[in-house]
Amino acid sequence: MTKSELILRIGELNPHLYHRDVERIVTTIFEEITQALAKRERVELRGFGAFSVKFREARRGRNPRTGETVAVEQKVVPFFKTGKELRDRLNGRIETEPAKTPSSAGGAGKEP
Amino acid sequence: MTGKTITRADLSESVYQEVGLSRNESAELVDTVLEEISAALTRGESVKISSFGSFLVRMKGERIGRNPKTGEEVPIKPRRVLVFRASHVLKDRVNKGIAS
Repeated sequence: MTKSELILRIGELNPHLYHRDVERIVTTIFEEITQALAKRERVELRGFGAFSVKFREARRGRNPRTGETVAVEQKVVPFFKTGKELRDRLNGRIETEPAKTPSSAGGAGKEP
Repeated sequence: MTGKTITRADLSESVYQEVGLSRNESAELVDTVLEEISAALTRGESVKISSFGSFLVRMKGERIGRNPKTGEEVPIKPRRVLVFRASHVLKDRVNKGIAS
């Protein structure tokens, strides 16, 4: 599933919303997470998972092709830890909730 | 480093500010988005969000683990795990730090 497919899906579930607004909703969510991480803040979404950043010390790296030593600067990397509920769902310990069925998701049933 | 933690409520508030929907509906939409991503992953699909990152489902084989407390060997069953790979855009923005 790509971001645009996700937007289409949310649109199907919310036929009263303009496509443009659904796009803004999805974009806002990821933009907020990004901004929080840029401020080194943690984003905790119960049942889904938590985003945070980890610090990496500066180190001597090596170009694997040439064997040349290169300095790798200190950096920050985004990190995601899967939430318990989602981890359990991935392993079939919790039934997948049927997709919410608001007003008219008519014909949206898309089975793998 | 601030100790602040962003939650679903903060995301709902941003959606509320950004789009002219009620607070309630904004909160429901945040839940729906997370639920749809989870549902796709549970079906075994990967989810790719451009300029953010990808969520991939990986299969892990069985291995022998050990109870660190008792030293007892326990088999760890094959399982599916979720990995998140941040996009370059996200990595760059996180490294630029507090830009805004």
